[in-house]
Amino acid sequence: MSEFEPKIVAFVCNWCTYAGADLTGTSRIKYASNVKIIRFPCTGRIDFMLLLKSFANGADGIIVSGCHPNDCHYTSGNFHARRRWMMFKDLMDFMGVDMNRITYSWVSAAEGAKWAEVVNSTVTRIRELGPYVSYNQMVNKPVEEEVQHE
Amino acid sequence: METTKKLIRKKSLEKLYAALSMSRKVYAPVVADDNRVEYKYNPEFSAITFDHIQSTLSVKNLVFPKVENLIYFTNHKTESSVTEVDVSRIPEVVLWGAHPCDAAAYDVLRSIFCWDTKDQFFSKRLEKLTVIGLACHQSDDYCFCTSVGLAPDSAKGSDILLSRLKSGDYQAEILTEKGNAVAGLSPGLFEAMPDEGVLTADVKARFDYREVTKKLTGAFKHPFWVANSLRCIGCGACAYVCPTCACFDIQDETRGLNGRRYRSWDSCGFGLFTLHTSGHNPREVQSQRWRQRIMHKFSYMPDRNESLGCVGCGRCSRGCPVDMNIAEQLTALQTI
Amino acid sequence: MNSLIARAKELLENKSVQVIIGYEAGSNGIARPAFISDPKDAEKLIYDDRCIQNLALYLTKHEVKHFGKMGIVAALPVMRSIMMLISEQQVFAENIVVLGISSDGSLLDMADIGVMKGYIGKADLGNPAKDEELIARLNKLTPAEKFEYWQNELSKCIKCYACRQSCPMCYCTRCSVECNQPQWIPVQSNTHGNMEWHILRAMHLAGRCISCGECGRACPVNIPCHLLTMHLADQVHHHFKVHAGTSDKMSSVLSTFDPSDKESFII
Repeated sequence: MSEFEPKIVAFVCNWCTYAGADLTGTSRIKYASNVKIIRFPCTGRIDFMLLLKSFANGADGIIVSGCHPNDCHYTSGNFHARRRWMMFKDLMDFMGVDMNRITYSWVSAAEGAKWAEVVNSTVTRIRELGPYVSYNQMVNKPVEEEVQHE
Repeated sequence: METTKKLIRKKSLEKLYAALSMSRKVYAPVVADDNRVEYKYNPEFSAITFDHIQSTLSVKNLVFPKVENLIYFTNHKTESSVTEVDVSRIPEVVLWGAHPCDAAAYDVLRSIFCWDTKDQFFSKRLEKLTVIGLACHQSDDYCFCTSVGLAPDSAKGSDILLSRLKSGDYQAEILTEKGNAVAGLSPGLFEAMPDEGVLTADVKARFDYREVTKKLTGAFKHPFWVANSLRCIGCGACAYVCPTCACFDIQDETRGLNGRRYRSWDSCGFGLFTLHTSGHNPREVQSQRWRQRIMHKFSYMPDRNESLGCVGCGRCSRGCPVDMNIAEQLTALQTI
Repeated sequence: MNSLIARAKELLENKSVQVIIGYEAGSNGIARPAFISDPKDAEKLIYDDRCIQNLALYLTKHEVKHFGKMGIVAALPVMRSIMMLISEQQVFAENIVVLGISSDGSLLDMADIGVMKGYIGKADLGNPAKDEELIARLNKLTPAEKFEYWQNELSKCIKCYACRQSCPMCYCTRCSVECNQPQWIPVQSNTHGNMEWHILRAMHLAGRCISCGECGRACPVNIPCHLLTMHLADQVHHHFKVHAGTSDKMSSVLSTFDPSDKESFII
């Protein structure tokens, strides 16, 4: 059996985490390449539906990261995001969606090393959890009478 | 063809079910955890109920599924390819235990789907469907089949009609070639029918559909609609549980370079059902939509389709969150 | 409910309101919403254990607002919905008269919104025992079992939107599902799409749901979708110490923030 390499999607804010990730690179810190980074102006822009769509499209894990509280470029975007994540996490826990597959973090533009650590620890954790099979099975479950495409 | 009445014992039904399940999908009613009745594919015979008054959802999904793929398409960058859905892959299905209202509903749907152009999906599914009807020995206050020209023992739409006898065994009336083919799988199970009456529910007629149709011709602007639709919340529950409702939406869904076009259930009760791209909505308020529901089933369809658009199963009233109760409204309409 | 009928008659006769939204006897022994605009019809109004439907949703309906000022028969859940709608400026206090009903079924004197607010402030805002029990039972399951449970339930969903239509807080004239740029939720019914729909609805109600349970009751296939919104309402109270529908000035928790919010899961 070939080694499972998790697919991770990272939703990051432009001003802090994205810049922090740049710093990781310019500092020549090596970190896992499983992550596809998607840049947002602010974590406040991140819609919870995007996380669900990531799982539906084959992601095994998700990272959501932004500016530290009180450091948001738009003053309060991350405060709104934090509340939203709290509710989303509670709902997902209640429904049995695997919250171990989502990492939430505050990574500032100066924390290049922290970004590498967040990514590496997430990849290690997801590698152990394996691919998100149950979610994919649900996505691909056909409606009983449907004539499937070959 | 000449119809024949035979006796089939309760335990022979189990053998018949086993014979059918070996080669086909059999859709039969079972009682769910919350005491609702739902139809499932190939359940254990011991789970099948013969005592249900009505299931929550209708069985129209066998000919008009809640989602039907129409075409598949692929984008090849400079051109695209379209693949037709291969309707020959639609399997044979036996509907086990459909009450007379549901059996009759297929003909109503046929009058819509095959009105001018023959809908190939509907037609193929109906062709592959065999209906084993189950006459009603009980009913509840929501049933009104006798008000719309049907009856708890009507054979319309069934290929074989089972009717319960006092002994607990069943009379099997073999009505069509398809029914003959089913009986032919295990002919030994069908015995000579003794001279015994079947148990039939007593469903008192509440209104006369012909009177209602006549009244509706002049009723478009009647204040009845506004007065009686205020509590309607505009959901799709009545349309979706109805065995004769056939409105659908068509959507394209893509994933990368591939996609499909499908049709799925829709309801004229939704606020946006008749919204035009211009922004104009001819049925902006719920009273217009409620009027549409009733007029369509009891006036427009009899006028143009030859079929009444309702079989009196009562599911809409059982499922309605606000008790719109169509039979009550139709009874009132008769006297406007 | 003679005092209710008398009060309704009085309000209609002196033209304080043009319509009373209440309950009447429906078919087969159930209660259903009634709209009384003629004082003579006030006798149709009933109030008993069968009258549990949340009538507040009619306060935002165009066809009902069209009457003019509205009176509404309101037990505690309906009062909270009204309060929530006022706080979101969908209903204006001067356009309604509340015929409050206490937990023992008697008519309350509610001269204005302030009185209603006081009543809500002293009331027991707990969930019905049946729902508490089901939530507790679900919380004991493993995540995989929970996922299995919700998949089973949500595969039954036919996307009729009875849940949305019966909810007083789902008053958006264009719901998220009716947008196709982007199409968040597929139009058809399938297990995955149904789950996404119910998650979206629960999240859009977080901090706004008052746990009336109407959505679960309206569902024709008996999906307990009210547990999702109710659970989030409980969690809102747990994290932020507020209950929805207790103040006419409140802003819901997801529209506001507090720099000192505490969470444990962000690294």
